[in-house]
Amino acid sequence: MLVTRRAALGALATSPVLAAPALRAQTPVQITFNYPVAVGGPITKVIDGYCADFGKANPGIRVRPVYTGTYQDSITKALTAARGGDAPQMACLLSTDMYTLIDEGVVVAWDELPGADKGWMDSFYPGFMENSRTGGKTWGVPFQRSTIVMYYNKDAFREAGLNPKTPPATWAEQVSFAQKLTKRQGDSVSQWGIQIPGSGFAYWMFQALATQNDVRLMNEAGDRTSFADPKAVEAAQYWLDLSTKHKVHPPGIVEWGTTPRDFFERKVAMMWTTTGNLTNVKNNAPFPFGVAMLPAGRRRGSPTGGGNLYVFKSASPAQREAAVKFARFLTEPERAAQWGIDTGYVAVSPAAFETPKMKEYVAGFPAAAVARDQLPHAVAELSTHENQRVTKALEDALQSVLTGRVQPAAALTKAQEDAERILRSYR
Amino acid sequence: MRGRATLHAWLMLGPAMVLLVAFTHYPVVATFWHSLFSTPRGARPARFVGLENYDVLAADPIFWQALTNNLIYALGTVPLSIALALVMALWVNGRIAGKAALRVAYFTPTVLPMIAVANLWLFFYTPDYGLVDRLTQLLLGWGATNWLGSRETALGAMMVVAVWKEAGFFMIFYLAALQAIPPVLYEAAAVEGASRWEVFRRVTLPLLGPTTLFIAVNALINGFRLVDHIIVMTRGGPDNATALLLTYIYEVGFRFWDTSQASALTMVLLLLLMLIALAQFTFLGRRTHYR
Amino acid sequence: MMHAAAVPPRLRVGLWLETLGAWTLAIAWVAPLLYAIWAAIHPTGYAARFDLLAPLTLDNFTAAWNAAPFPRYMLNSLLLVTFVTGSQFVLGTLAAFVFARSTSRWTGLLFALVLVQLMIMPDMLIIENYRTMRALGLVDTVVGIGLPYVASAFGIFLLRQTFKQVPRELEEAARVEGCSTFGILWRVYVPLARPTYLAYGLTSVAYHWNNFLWPLVITNTVETRPLTVGLAVFASTDQGVDWAIISAATLLTSAPLLLAFLLFQRQFVQSFMRAGIR
Repeated sequence: MLVTRRAALGALATSPVLAAPALRAQTPVQITFNYPVAVGGPITKVIDGYCADFGKANPGIRVRPVYTGTYQDSITKALTAARGGDAPQMACLLSTDMYTLIDEGVVVAWDELPGADKGWMDSFYPGFMENSRTGGKTWGVPFQRSTIVMYYNKDAFREAGLNPKTPPATWAEQVSFAQKLTKRQGDSVSQWGIQIPGSGFAYWMFQALATQNDVRLMNEAGDRTSFADPKAVEAAQYWLDLSTKHKVHPPGIVEWGTTPRDFFERKVAMMWTTTGNLTNVKNNAPFPFGVAMLPAGRRRGSPTGGGNLYVFKSASPAQREAAVKFARFLTEPERAAQWGIDTGYVAVSPAAFETPKMKEYVAGFPAAAVARDQLPHAVAELSTHENQRVTKALEDALQSVLTGRVQPAAALTKAQEDAERILRSYR
Repeated sequence: MRGRATLHAWLMLGPAMVLLVAFTHYPVVATFWHSLFSTPRGARPARFVGLENYDVLAADPIFWQALTNNLIYALGTVPLSIALALVMALWVNGRIAGKAALRVAYFTPTVLPMIAVANLWLFFYTPDYGLVDRLTQLLLGWGATNWLGSRETALGAMMVVAVWKEAGFFMIFYLAALQAIPPVLYEAAAVEGASRWEVFRRVTLPLLGPTTLFIAVNALINGFRLVDHIIVMTRGGPDNATALLLTYIYEVGFRFWDTSQASALTMVLLLLLMLIALAQFTFLGRRTHYR
Repeated sequence: MMHAAAVPPRLRVGLWLETLGAWTLAIAWVAPLLYAIWAAIHPTGYAARFDLLAPLTLDNFTAAWNAAPFPRYMLNSLLLVTFVTGSQFVLGTLAAFVFARSTSRWTGLLFALVLVQLMIMPDMLIIENYRTMRALGLVDTVVGIGLPYVASAFGIFLLRQTFKQVPRELEEAARVEGCSTFGILWRVYVPLARPTYLAYGLTSVAYHWNNFLWPLVITNTVETRPLTVGLAVFASTDQGVDWAIISAATLLTSAPLLLAFLLFQRQFVQSFMRAGIR
């Protein structure tokens, strides 16, 4: 009697344990994955494919992708949902949103997740990891990443008597090349030498110039900036001089959105823009073009950009485990290589560039490797606490410089003061 | 019987009043209330800060710029769109060939979503190969102008888009008013041998008074409300040259997530509108046709 | 008013100049639409080059159609506009009836409260209304987009003006025949106010079909986004503006409203006139 009773109790006690795996097989762990892309675009098909493939390889897990539009929409959506207790378990958001996400207390560090070992997290390009780590923890895993490169019109180079195989390598060369490339009739210019867009992502472009002039615009903790550093001022002056002194860059602010079109229309011979434009330029430029690393000032340099993968606090232990599995699946060298080839984003690990597939692609289209070759010179994209606000302070300062209202030193000092005021409470 | 009628009246008014209060009156009060607190962030809850948010505003040069810009924007677009609307209405009501086609042409901007046309205007304003520059090149021999990229022209360019969007809509109101003027009046004026200008000044214009007032109020509100194209085309730039109160509210509230600051900003906007309403009520109240 | 034959030569020149002015303005006013048509039916390389011999194509339309879930956006816009305008009619009619017929001081005061919304529109209260919607759990729903606009001061005001012009005798006659209050409203007032409904309805439809800022704030997903927000998300890419595809999308999405206006423009203007909106 006693024995049977104990057996019965034992069976009762163990039954949930026994039932659990069975249950799990029946109802797979589901994770919602927010992805920052306008719905219906070509990238959605790639992501849909990844989710399906992952589901096949891991029958216990289902990943549901939700396409959330622009990066701006996506962070808004994620924060709103998190406040309403309805957060996704995983999302791809701007690497620069890291501090915002930490301050809002909605994400978990990858180090604390089961299955995310150090070897994996160290397998990415260090240039990308700069935007993923703060306070000794890793908050984001690089995925949809980009950087700034220079595109140039090889025909225009030939016409101007320049060698289309050698793009400018220094700031001085950039100016002298641009002078040769600027076509002027009297007052009007039919082709400018160079364009660095000053709307939309002015801070990003400026960060490239500042990095090349050997100054870091913020610290690792994201609570201090150095906008007013003399070297930063020098960088802004260089940008301004392109239009005012050397007259090789259109005056005022150049639109981010119309810059590629200006390039296709031969209104400009060299442009700085994101590597994310590679496919666009490849498809639409009606002339042979080259892609080059940004020229060096005191050194070479460019900020990285783009999106990281974050895991949200709302994820249950099982979902966290699944999220790590999925992130590792996405960043496998083979897949990362294919992703880079399909989309023009930079594959995130050196191993991806060592795959035969990638090697073959780069051999046929060397432009694809330029971003990678620039990565050793790359730094983290400008990102601080209250990132949007600090960025806006800098952006306003840059626009006031480029429109000729304020001198670089005064404008950047003002931006630095604004940033100080905003960041003081985070120290 | 009397009581039942009152009950009916309340039942009929009820739904509209509840929603009005919930989405107009309550938010005004709540905006003021929230503007007295700090924005809660992560672990830090909101705390009472009195008028600190307003102090911050007063010390914020972007706010002052947005306010100035907005006044220029309103004072520029209102008279211009009214005048154009009147001219358009007179034309399509007059003797010009192809009136029906003109009417459709003037009205199209009203039907097109601003958000979509803003991108087309972006092309028009593109330096050098944009349509505006091509025209100025052809007609005036000007060089390339960076309409959206320089402080001097950006706000003006935005105002042109706003006038373009609004004038045709206001035209419809004027047209309806013109067509309601009894022909007898014109015939009488013709008998007296009045010139066209005199007829316009003595007969038409006075009769259009209430319409003009109605349109003016609408145009003025739009002067603070119509910002879609700015959000798409310049995002308030360059260097805040096209920042208006509402674009700044959007930016502070939904990009910086500083809702308290945005509430203080909203209060300023509401205050401005209340002043306008008051001015309209005291100066023009007697002449309105609201009964 | 006057016959052309009777016009003296000086005036004829004036008329000629006016015609020129009117048509120049008209061309300027439809220029964006004409450009959109140009850009949409030519390959993207011709978006900034006007060459009469440029090859024609419909690829931009298919590309735009496939690049974003426009049918879904259109359905959302349609649902939104139906919901908003429909509710505005119902609530506005009921409220306007009371305001038009009541002589009580209280209703006068309430009417003043209604008129506040003529000045302070929901567009300006996005911060607080967003908070309310979150509390109600209506963020990212079509109802959430429409609800702040459902009670419209403009609509109530217009209908009240119209109802006031209805002769009391008609109402009395209906009452004698045994009509209830709602019967009177439905049989007498509403039919007489038809032009007002048409004029106000079209204005309201155009407004909400094109409204952007509030829907942008309150929606997050394809399932709720109206066309305007969908278009904005679609057009804003990191990769620069592609005018050909944007133009095609613009034409696709504005077509319903444009067509409706072309078909109804005469009735529209006339109803404005009869509605006494002037």
